[in-house]
Amino acid sequence: MELEQIFFWLLAFGAVFTSVLVVLPPGGKNPIFGALALIVSFFFVAGIYVLLVAHLMAALQIMVYAGAIMVLFLFVIMLLNLSRRELGEESKTFTQGLGATAMLVIAIKAIVLVEATADGISKRDMALSDGFGTVEAVANMLFHDYLFPFELAAVLLLVAIIGAVVLAKRTL
Amino acid sequence: MPDTVVNLVDSPALGVLIGIAGVMAALTVNVLFLVWLERKVSAWIQRRMGPTEVGPFGMLQTIADMLKLISKQLITPRHVDKPLYHIAPVFVFVPVVAAASLFPFDEHVSLQNLDIGLVLVFAFGGLGIVGIFMAGWGSNNKYALLGAMRAVAQNISYEIPLILSTLSVVLMVNAMGDANTNGMNLAQVASMQHDKGFWFVLVQPVAAVIYFIAALAETNRAPFDIPEAESELVAGFHTEYSGMRFALFFFAEYSNMFIVAMVATVLFFGGWSGPLLPGAMWFFLKTYAIVFVMIWIRWTFPRLRFDQLMSFCWLVLIPLSILNLLVTAFIARAV
Repeated sequence: MELEQIFFWLLAFGAVFTSVLVVLPPGGKNPIFGALALIVSFFFVAGIYVLLVAHLMAALQIMVYAGAIMVLFLFVIMLLNLSRRELGEESKTFTQGLGATAMLVIAIKAIVLVEATADGISKRDMALSDGFGTVEAVANMLFHDYLFPFELAAVLLLVAIIGAVVLAKRTL
Repeated sequence: MPDTVVNLVDSPALGVLIGIAGVMAALTVNVLFLVWLERKVSAWIQRRMGPTEVGPFGMLQTIADMLKLISKQLITPRHVDKPLYHIAPVFVFVPVVAAASLFPFDEHVSLQNLDIGLVLVFAFGGLGIVGIFMAGWGSNNKYALLGAMRAVAQNISYEIPLILSTLSVVLMVNAMGDANTNGMNLAQVASMQHDKGFWFVLVQPVAAVIYFIAALAETNRAPFDIPEAESELVAGFHTEYSGMRFALFFFAEYSNMFIVAMVATVLFFGGWSGPLLPGAMWFFLKTYAIVFVMIWIRWTFPRLRFDQLMSFCWLVLIPLSILNLLVTAFIARAV
């Protein structure tokens, strides 16, 4: 196995493991611990981006998700000040069983995808065009090739922001 | 492409290891010097003597302090959230070392020369806040939690003008250079200023001022040191830490100061460019000059109130930096 593939499996395992910690934190429900585990999981995903020569994506993943969005998540959790009672007791119901089954099916599907990615990483150098993953290439994609969907997403975010302000602040 | 330390050694893994060790050693010495400088400058401003006993001009005082901190017992309060409490200092410390390894110290000397250098510096810079949050939450102490909440709110807000102001420099570099120029490559920004013969602070004075103010807030320096306001919050998020764990927070704080000063040097003050002296010397002279101004400001201005701090950011700095970016974009397009 190549060094890069070993790295990939380490990162992939780390990403999956920390993602499981997000929903199943040790020692009962703990939203803060879950959010912190999600931050660590973003790191592993950023590492996989680096292996795929998408360096800008990796840096943005850390800056935007781990550094900004998740910190806002933590802030909200802190302000909510949830008590143990409000979080509810653990219970195993039919829906949870159904959810677990769905997860299992998705996981099997995901393993196939993951193996394809691991394969792709070893062959990536042949398939890449010049300047792949640079700021310029990403900007060309976003602001030229896919300008309309990009602007649409921007409008959607704007609507969400205004909606949040209107809902939270009834008397402006 | 300048020679990087990673390229000089045959094996990349070994190069990275040497680089990390070098950066950590340099940062440690640097922090010891900065703490001494801060104490001396504050003493000078307040007409005191400052440290005088240990070594010439008290220069070895901080080394003695560090030895004390290393040998101190690590006290873990009983009520803390153990995993978070233990990881937090590491989470604050590691991004600082990573960010510090990205700068071009001279025309051909840098540890890593990356095309996304500027983005990465801010990515790592934004991460320290997670560690501060962990410390505040994990300490299970109301002062620590309040300090962490203030730090989070402040850092998230001031990151926006900080990044927007540097973006206008990036735009300008791209407009002035040829097709291969990349304004996010720190080495290229510095050499562009060397080639053109002027510092970017002259063409981007608004961006430079916004950057400096936002950087003060980002590093929790006075007059924006509300997260650790000692008259209200004991010591803010690191109230419950002692010994080497506290030292790691201290280390990160002073190194962060140094990092934002290095970014300012590269983006606005020509990096290593300068006459007579070797480039690295100029680089560090400029950086220490900026750090000196930061210390000077801390001991001159009183602390702001929290609402003043937030409204200043959202109502003044952010609109101003967006306007500056827009004007720069139009001019860059026209030229």
